[in-house]
Amino acid sequence: MADFTLRVNGNEKKVSVSPETPLLWVLRDTLELTGTKFGCGAGLCGACTVHVEGAAVRSCSTSISQVAGKNVTTIEGLGANGLHVLQQAWIAEEVPQCGYCQTGQIMTAAALLAKTPNPSDEQITQAMNGNLCRCGTYERIRKAIHWAAEGIDRGIKRIANGQVADGSTR
Amino acid sequence: MTPLSRREFVAIGAAAGAGLVIGFYLPHESSSEKVFSPNAYLRITPDNKVTVVVPRSEMGQGVYTSLPMILAEELEADWTKIDIEQAGASTLYGDQTTGGSASVRTTWDPMRKAGATAREMLISAAALTWGVPRSGCAAQQGCIVHSSTNRRLTYGELAAKAATLPIPTDVPLKQSKDYKIVGQRLARVDTASKVKGEAVFGIDFRLPGMKYAVLSRCPAIGGKVVSVEDQESRKIPGVSYTGRIGDAAVAVVADSVWSAMEGRRVLNIRWDDGPNKDLSTTSVVESLRRAGAKKGASLYSVGDVAKVNGRRITAEYQLPFMAHAPMEPGNCTANFHGATCELWAPTQVPQDCRDSVAQAVGLDPDRVKVNVTLMGGGFGRRLEHDYAVEAALVSKALYEAKTKIGAAGAGAPVKVIWTREDDMQFSTYRPASLHQLSAVLDGAGWPLAFTHRIISPSISGQKGQPGPNGIDPDLPDEAPFVYGLPNVSLEYVAAETAVPLGWMRSVYALQAGFASESFIDELAAAAGKDPLEYRLHMLAKDQDIQYFTTTWRTARMRRVLQLAADKAGWKTNLPAGRFRGIACFGCFASYVAEAVEVSMESDVPRVHRVVAAVDCGQIVNPAILEQQVQGGIIFALSNAMRAKITIEKGRVVERNFDDYPPLRLEETPAVEVYAVPSTESPTGIGEPPVPPLAPALCNAIYAATRKRIRALPILN
Repeated sequence: MADFTLRVNGNEKKVSVSPETPLLWVLRDTLELTGTKFGCGAGLCGACTVHVEGAAVRSCSTSISQVAGKNVTTIEGLGANGLHVLQQAWIAEEVPQCGYCQTGQIMTAAALLAKTPNPSDEQITQAMNGNLCRCGTYERIRKAIHWAAEGIDRGIKRIANGQVADGSTR
Repeated sequence: MTPLSRREFVAIGAAAGAGLVIGFYLPHESSSEKVFSPNAYLRITPDNKVTVVVPRSEMGQGVYTSLPMILAEELEADWTKIDIEQAGASTLYGDQTTGGSASVRTTWDPMRKAGATAREMLISAAALTWGVPRSGCAAQQGCIVHSSTNRRLTYGELAAKAATLPIPTDVPLKQSKDYKIVGQRLARVDTASKVKGEAVFGIDFRLPGMKYAVLSRCPAIGGKVVSVEDQESRKIPGVSYTGRIGDAAVAVVADSVWSAMEGRRVLNIRWDDGPNKDLSTTSVVESLRRAGAKKGASLYSVGDVAKVNGRRITAEYQLPFMAHAPMEPGNCTANFHGATCELWAPTQVPQDCRDSVAQAVGLDPDRVKVNVTLMGGGFGRRLEHDYAVEAALVSKALYEAKTKIGAAGAGAPVKVIWTREDDMQFSTYRPASLHQLSAVLDGAGWPLAFTHRIISPSISGQKGQPGPNGIDPDLPDEAPFVYGLPNVSLEYVAAETAVPLGWMRSVYALQAGFASESFIDELAAAAGKDPLEYRLHMLAKDQDIQYFTTTWRTARMRRVLQLAADKAGWKTNLPAGRFRGIACFGCFASYVAEAVEVSMESDVPRVHRVVAAVDCGQIVNPAILEQQVQGGIIFALSNAMRAKITIEKGRVVERNFDDYPPLRLEETPAVEVYAVPSTESPTGIGEPPVPPLAPALCNAIYAATRKRIRALPILN
């Protein structure tokens, strides 16, 4: 066991775990941030994707010692002031079915848009190909990323319809 | 119990439970003794909260939205004000299994009657309140309105009065032309919580003081634990318990999932590989072939295929074992408390979980409470109760250990988690199968006789419930032949296998549809006819085909086939290098046709476009229908291209998404969905889009290459 300090969603967190513990389990079991999902434990599915210093990483394959002192963003901290434009896009395009993989999908997409605000289909494929979805929502994910990119272009931060922003989708 | 807002509901997941108090709440009474229960699906409180209880499980297919829509339609409710509650295992709702594409089909009548009964009682309550005839009162948007005097009362305001009225038994149901909610593209109620990471899946559920457990299971099918050395495991920080669970598994319990996994990694277990240590995929296929030499049971027979003469064509098709691999691995939380056991289970079968757990831990079923959580996919894997039984047994073992030291006061809450490797290696697999087909063509190439022998182990048979005449009880829903031919024979031969079997999305329809619809394409090719024209010819005459309890209609199949062909532009020319295939199949009383467009890159097909046409009767929510059809097709494409579970030395070879790779974004085609408008009673749409995909794809590959694919997966 060893002590580690990291910044999660802007807040400093101290944890005491063994150094090889994957960030995924520190987030889920120690910090109780369960929006980050366990899918494969081997960096093959992307369900556990979070941002470390703004870059998308697989938290199941990143040890706590690798992120000590760094800034980590999870789905819970993505839309610091309401819904992130991608979360709005996911609602607008009705992407989720079971929804389990979608937080990882959104985190990967958010890292893409941060670097490439208006990605081509090819850039979307390249960025998103590591994220699996067994419900088969891929084409909607592609559409939602385009929707969000266009929203950023238009300066849209929130959907005009307040019902969506407050979490009620009707 | 206060009804929860949607947000609160989602946040606490299934912890709310069900079966407590159902019906209209009385406004002025705090005790629940006088709560009135017109039915188990609805609750209206004086603060005008309308809560609909959903007695099926949400695994992505949209039941939290579609089932309440049915009730809200008859209730004339204000849809924006409805709250949803997940039912746990109960005795109030009949069979709560979520499967067989049956959620809408089997709740359509109860949900409509529940809403209509309440509506009529609310009308009566308003008429009594105002002292006016019922006939002048109408239900509108969550209110009863007396239009001649312009008075209105909300359902909440009427709840107390309604609760005192007798429950009518025969209430009028609305006609489909008057529907305002059913048939609308209403947004799903569970989307926002899922994109925010707030939705609580089974794996996310947490109890105070809860431990985490992983199990080491014998890698050989049917093997056992001989001995365990756990000294190294117990040295892992956080590990608090190790112990045998049954005779084929050892549990490691810790403060975190990671510690438990580390503890399991260093367990030293000697296994007895048991009776199946020489089992392999090769031996399974040999056993299927041996079974195929036997006569089976007739599924369907018309005319006499043996007496037809003409040009005979035969072919054999073969499919492998497949795994569901839902994104959320198996898990369940249990708290055994001596006289009771409570579970929080991502399950398609809460009642089976209750009964299996009761038996496993030695309690009466009514002492076992099963709460249902959200599921990260199911696809049939969560029709099993293994996770629930394991969690209950581990909790019981912990409880007994705590009791010895006098520390069992708060029970022994524990969550069992499966890793992806556990999920892949200890699943219950779609059965491997063999299909022997033959047909006799007349001089013009049209079929006079069609024979399909399905040789497969029986899923239910393996679980001790073979159907009548040894016909697996799923086959009546999943293997019809909806063409009007004079001589048809469908036969099922039950084979045996030790490989654990389970129901996977569309179950036998995937196998039956692949073999049957690929073979029809072979016949069209042999006759030198267009595959669409060939099928339409066999569907030309309106005919009812009675297959077990379902009446299939050639007219409905013809319509979806024609619709898919028209939308795909079947008669139009394709760009060079593009090819089309088509197929249609029925299962779970729904009709689906799909047209697939491919190009070949070396020997690898690239799917560019899939056009699907469906007829599932009355559509409850077209937006959810589109999701289900698109998702079913991508699931089916994944199965067709690469899904194969291999058995060697009695073990499953595949371990994770690298050697069992599902489809990714780069391989995903655009999927267009068209539905035939219908006022027939609704049937299912979760599974019926699956079966036509593989044959339509392989038929397109044949058009491109003149090579017939008779074994899946395509990329073998």
